[in-house]
Amino acid sequence: MIPQAFDYYAPTSVTDALRLLRQHGDDAKLLAGGHSLLPIMKLRLSTPQCLIDLGRISDLRFISESDDGSLAIGAMSTYHDIKNSALVQARVPALAEAAGEVGDVQVQNKGTIGGSLAHADPAGDFPALALALNFELVTATTRSGRTIAIDRFFRDLLTTALRPNEILTEVHIPALPAGTGVSYQKLPNKASHYAVVGVAAAITVGDDGVCTEARIGVTGAGPTAVRARNTERILKGKHVDAAVIRRAAKRAGANVEDLNDDLHASAEYREHLTTVFAARAIEEALSRAG
Amino acid sequence: MPNEISVTVNGTRHTSSVEPRTLLVHYLRDELGLTGTHVGCDTSQCGACTVVVDGSAVKSCTVLAVQADGSEVTTIEGLAQDGELHPVQEGFWEEHGLQCGFCTPGIIMTLHQVLDEQPDPSEEEIRHSLAGNICRCTGYQNIVKAAQFAAQRMQE
Repeated sequence: MIPQAFDYYAPTSVTDALRLLRQHGDDAKLLAGGHSLLPIMKLRLSTPQCLIDLGRISDLRFISESDDGSLAIGAMSTYHDIKNSALVQARVPALAEAAGEVGDVQVQNKGTIGGSLAHADPAGDFPALALALNFELVTATTRSGRTIAIDRFFRDLLTTALRPNEILTEVHIPALPAGTGVSYQKLPNKASHYAVVGVAAAITVGDDGVCTEARIGVTGAGPTAVRARNTERILKGKHVDAAVIRRAAKRAGANVEDLNDDLHASAEYREHLTTVFAARAIEEALSRAG
Repeated sequence: MPNEISVTVNGTRHTSSVEPRTLLVHYLRDELGLTGTHVGCDTSQCGACTVVVDGSAVKSCTVLAVQADGSEVTTIEGLAQDGELHPVQEGFWEEHGLQCGFCTPGIIMTLHQVLDEQPDPSEEEIRHSLAGNICRCTGYQNIVKAAQFAAQRMQE
């Protein structure tokens, strides 16, 4: 399978990429790692007239730490970069672990954090982690840029808050409060390793053992990754024991609207999986908290 | 509009004019005649098309040839030196790591990177690292042995 013909540009700066994007408008698509875009172009589900490859913009590939302990990850950083980053391993080990569970070795070498979020595949792994870890997304346009809170980013199936003239340049991950544990648990599709359902949990526990903050991101279940807010509400303010986990996780499954129903899993099974993997993620996050 | 690219494949520099939509695997096979790299599923799942680009194993059915402009590419044809098999190839020979052999070049190229980064992997690490390479002869047992053989040989 070969994509329909297109023109190809490989700018070396964000400024040049933005200029090309403005010039080509709706005819253009941004190419990151290409492991979502090229497959759909081969199927001719997407037929852009022009590709703007961000792969040669070295400014978009970095991982750094700020004084306040937050991490900044360039949008073109690959899963391989994130998995092997000593900084990520030290600050948010669950994110490094999760990067090593995306697809496979070859996919991890090409796939990028920015590409995953901007593409917003309903079965992508990082959207769930982004919600649990409260990512802030930094973008650029020819005029200026902005920061988008992750809670306002995923709009619908393959649809985000990014505007057509906007490039996602970096991701900020706020420092985790003391006593926070994070876990990502998924059922991978056997062939693609996409998440049939995946749940990321970031849970903060105080000295008295009470849960003070909980963010749960669910992917794979519905048209877009969502927070399981009812589950979070049940956890917060409680000593989380097995009974609380069971009750909270059940709400994660019951709470996704428009459950996906396809050949990989029925809607009913996905709801069940969401409950199962929410419980596993909460349990592991708790064991890592404190 | 064709683009001019310059790619070093197995140590030889090639300058070619390619359509942007040309996939790297087709460039290697059809343009350079390096047919050791196979096209299996064509949907970036089976790993038969795996080659090493600038040290990273990639599925060449999901990379454009233009993306490899300026890169160093190693294919299965580039591993043996002066008639001597690469240790990973030797492992497949010694441990009977293949039956039909269709998936073998891709698996060898993946292991090339894996052993480069982790010279002494556990059996579990080897199996996990081969998640993106599918063998339909069900020969994984001996593929793992081949990888272990190679890891040991490369440390000697």
